[in-house]
Amino acid sequence: MVLGLAVALGLNGCFTERRNEGAQLYASHCANCHGEQGQGLKRLIPPVAASDYVAQHRADLPCLIRKGMRGVVVVNGVEYNQVMPGHDDLTDSQIANLLNFVQQNWGNKNQAYTIHEASELLGHCNGSDGQ
Amino acid sequence: MNIPFLRSVGHLLLCMVVIASAGLTLPGCTQKPTQETHLPYLGEPELVASTAGAAPDTVPYTVPSFTLTNQDRQTITNQTFAGKVYVTDFFFATCPSICPKMQSELLRVYEQFKGNPNVLFLSHTIDPAHDSIPVLRDYAERLGIKDASRWHFATAPHDTIFALARAYMTAAQVDKGVVGGYAHSGTFALIDSHRRIRGLYDGMEKTEVDRLIKELPELLKEEANARATAAK
Repeated sequence: MVLGLAVALGLNGCFTERRNEGAQLYASHCANCHGEQGQGLKRLIPPVAASDYVAQHRADLPCLIRKGMRGVVVVNGVEYNQVMPGHDDLTDSQIANLLNFVQQNWGNKNQAYTIHEASELLGHCNGSDGQ
Repeated sequence: MNIPFLRSVGHLLLCMVVIASAGLTLPGCTQKPTQETHLPYLGEPELVASTAGAAPDTVPYTVPSFTLTNQDRQTITNQTFAGKVYVTDFFFATCPSICPKMQSELLRVYEQFKGNPNVLFLSHTIDPAHDSIPVLRDYAERLGIKDASRWHFATAPHDTIFALARAYMTAAQVDKGVVGGYAHSGTFALIDSHRRIRGLYDGMEKTEVDRLIKELPELLKEEANARATAAK
């Protein structure tokens, strides 16, 4: 376990900080609610792992991260109703990296976003900071 | 009405109160090593005058009397927990920062002890204005808790709740790393059948919650021994 961690840390050193930004942002901004493995929490918090919502709302997700959401949402056939906070503290590129991490992990295999595309989609909710 | 602002103020107040109480009570946290492995009595001991002019005795700190309402709209008091041990925390249903993590950790404890009717759970909402009884019931059901008599999700007037948070030595604190500038650091308190606080655990730390899962049976054993002794 400790050895594995050391190896993992060693390997991480091969990449730039930016390489793991999505995973790091997920851990610091999302994991408390959506779970360390994206599993969600019972019927309180929807999963982002293997999530039909993540696949079907690809174009809406940047604004969802930026502005948050409230009200009923159905994910994988289960109804959830919680408040999700918005994130003015993330740049467009951070949102792109965060979403790319989610879109390509834990059973999600969806198209990645370029930073340009993320900024464009964020423009739909006046949420682009151009960075 | 600027509700988020009021909420932050509430959190700040709770934070200050908790810091103040921590300062007062921490010295009391390291006492009473006895022969057997024995969980400590936390909190400032009380002085009790003894008869015939002898030196006063000290008795362990106990949590005060309370009256709350749970998700089934039933009144719950200290008497509800008579003869039981319980784990308590403070949360609110729309908490976007740490509550889901906290409550999922408390759920882990619940799953371990749900077969034991001598272990109860009590979650207080610190947002009674929003968390009405139906909201609490919905929250509990969504978390998978169908039996309110095992895990109470309770509300009371705001001041009552905040006084209790102080009494249980559970904390809320400002966290600059969190959007909105605050997060409460969700502490779990373990209370014995005599209202004494026997453990405090950081509900955000898996290792701390593991410690609770390990120490809870020690308390149950102590309680069982005490009952056996009393029955003799």
